[in-house]
Amino acid sequence: MNVQFRPAAERGAPAGAVTAIADCDIHPARRSMRDLYPYLSKRWQEHLETYGGHAYQGMMEGPPYPKAQPNASRRDAYPPEGGVQGSSLSFMQKQHLDPNNVVLGVLNPLNTGQGLRNQDLSAALATAVNDWQVAEWTSKEPRLKASIVVANEDGSAAAAEIRKRAGDPNFIQVLLLSRNVEPLGQRRYWPIYEAAQEVGLPIGVHAFGFGGNPITASGWPSYYIEEMVGHSQCQQTALASLVLEGVFARFPKLKMIMVEAGFGWAPSLSWRLDRVWQRLRSEVPHVSRPPSEYIKDHIWWTTQPMEDPERRDHLFQTIDWIGWDKLLFATDYPHWDFDEPMRVLPAGVSDADRAAFYLGNAKKLYGLT
Amino acid sequence: MTSPIAGGVDCDLHPALPHLTSLLPYLNDYWRDQVTTRGMTDLESQSYPPHSPISARPDWRPVEGKPGASLHDLTTQALDPFGTAIGICNPLYGLQMVFSEDMADAFCRALNDWLVKEWLDKDTRLRGSIVIPAQNVEKAVAEIERCARDRRFVQVLMLAMGDIPLGKRALWPIYAAAERHGLPIGVHAGSNYHNPPSSVGWGSYHIEDYVAQAQAFQTQLTSLIIEGVFAKFPNLKVVMLESGFTWLPSFVWRLHKFWRGVRMETPWVDRAPMEIVRSNVRFSLQPVDAPPDAAVLDRIFDQMQSDELVLFSTDYPHWQFDGNDVLPDGLPPDLVRKIMIDNPHATYGRLKGAEAKEAAA
Repeated sequence: MNVQFRPAAERGAPAGAVTAIADCDIHPARRSMRDLYPYLSKRWQEHLETYGGHAYQGMMEGPPYPKAQPNASRRDAYPPEGGVQGSSLSFMQKQHLDPNNVVLGVLNPLNTGQGLRNQDLSAALATAVNDWQVAEWTSKEPRLKASIVVANEDGSAAAAEIRKRAGDPNFIQVLLLSRNVEPLGQRRYWPIYEAAQEVGLPIGVHAFGFGGNPITASGWPSYYIEEMVGHSQCQQTALASLVLEGVFARFPKLKMIMVEAGFGWAPSLSWRLDRVWQRLRSEVPHVSRPPSEYIKDHIWWTTQPMEDPERRDHLFQTIDWIGWDKLLFATDYPHWDFDEPMRVLPAGVSDADRAAFYLGNAKKLYGLT
Repeated sequence: MTSPIAGGVDCDLHPALPHLTSLLPYLNDYWRDQVTTRGMTDLESQSYPPHSPISARPDWRPVEGKPGASLHDLTTQALDPFGTAIGICNPLYGLQMVFSEDMADAFCRALNDWLVKEWLDKDTRLRGSIVIPAQNVEKAVAEIERCARDRRFVQVLMLAMGDIPLGKRALWPIYAAAERHGLPIGVHAGSNYHNPPSSVGWGSYHIEDYVAQAQAFQTQLTSLIIEGVFAKFPNLKVVMLESGFTWLPSFVWRLHKFWRGVRMETPWVDRAPMEIVRSNVRFSLQPVDAPPDAAVLDRIFDQMQSDELVLFSTDYPHWQFDGNDVLPDGLPPDLVRKIMIDNPHATYGRLKGAEAKEAAA
């Protein structure tokens, strides 16, 4: 959606009247890369000014598929004091956290240097973004929690960043993206999983990223909508890789959250994996249980963009397979495809499931009371 | 189990070319010489390693040679047991992997001639798909025109993973030719490996590649709908072969949601995605990616909101089911008839002509 229908604050409803929710996918934005300079050495500031980010895609600035909205964000989310949508804490509080009664907001900074081609730059930016999240957001707003951004293509640098933040209550998860140089189950990423398991943090795998691979197995499509829909196929393949490489067998305490990639495909992917595994398990002896069991044990799902079939029973059938205890509500604020909290779930859900969906599951997963 | 009914149409059979040298009689002097002088190896694709469990059902595996290479085996193992009236042959030989446009063209012509001579001429139940050198659209169109004169060719065959997404305008002359001749485009699982076999790169295992076929079909369906192929060619049918179909409902929910959000980007997509799927896209039955639970499958068909989308297939000789359990448990008789007879005949226009001709003879 481009603008929110009659925000609760305008309707005059006090915040207490709206169900308290967790929003497990909020995107804090920088007005520009220079917002990070206080947390970057002079060397890397000059490097960025001279050479730019040098990502696994060709554009110096902006995305290769133009978004449907400026910054892929709601047109009503520009802060009054200026800057891009999502760059003002006070306006995020006023427009989103207060009226929607968000009691837990998980920050997932994007375009922050994950997966750049220069690994040293990527690591420096990840550290800077993490410092920035604490200084500018979580230390000022206790409802917000940060994600540990890492230089994901450099497993040892990423693991070091995770261990450095261990025990810091500002951080409640590690953030990865779905599209990387290789599928996420590959061994180059294992140090990240080892460190996350060791420090006891779940890993959020957010859709998007650029790893240099076309977003289809037949090369590059033409349109933004194909990229957007395609993120769910990327996520499916990334999850299949995690299961089939034996990541969950090797790191049995690891918890992962599939963020902003949908969840409707979870059953059909699991069924396909189970069926093919019956035939081909001799190739992957390290996968000792049916793949669907790893998925059910280790995976949580954020809801936005929520699938909305014409008939609500179709949605409920899907959720019944996944489990009402595995869904984490998310809005994707301030992005244009924001799911409005109180309109997203059709009628016919029990009070217990609603409470788990909106808040309980997130508190439990993140170990918050 | 659900019993098949006689008179069905098996939409996905895989006769195997024994070896590249089997094409020599169908090649001209130049290409015969190229194959022998350069010592070219067999062009078997790693999509289906001949000894992989999925490439052949254990009891369909021949003592020697490639699974699916024997006409006798194919007819007695895939057609006779199910009372199949018509079987559509989709050769999966690795010609799409060839980089030279000229070589691909010569080999495709030879393969299509081989299919006629060694298979279609020998059993009147068999029909064929035209394998095309998609490496060069002009040559691909010429091969469709050449083969379409033989009414036993009922479809054009392409792969789920190629050089460019299937909706791309560069490929449209292929669709124009197919629509002109009443030939559906069959898109079969497989890759030419010119791109990584998944949208997140190269995995480690054969099993990953096979699982990823379903995601490749999903992106192809997005591409075909979004680029406007069915707006331009409203009578064109696309048949997804060995694609699985249980992913379809949730895929369409997502595509529909984004189409509502950003349809201004592609204004020619003037019908809802599911409506387009219902009018133009079909899926072969096997593999049935669902647990062996009639209630689950019933829900999936309900979510698809149509009984016209699925076409009977054995996927012979690939190992998708055991014994005679080609139909999943719990399919009601009406749906069995739709899947085995009505839907294939509604999809493959050229089967009607063949029937009439046989009746007249």
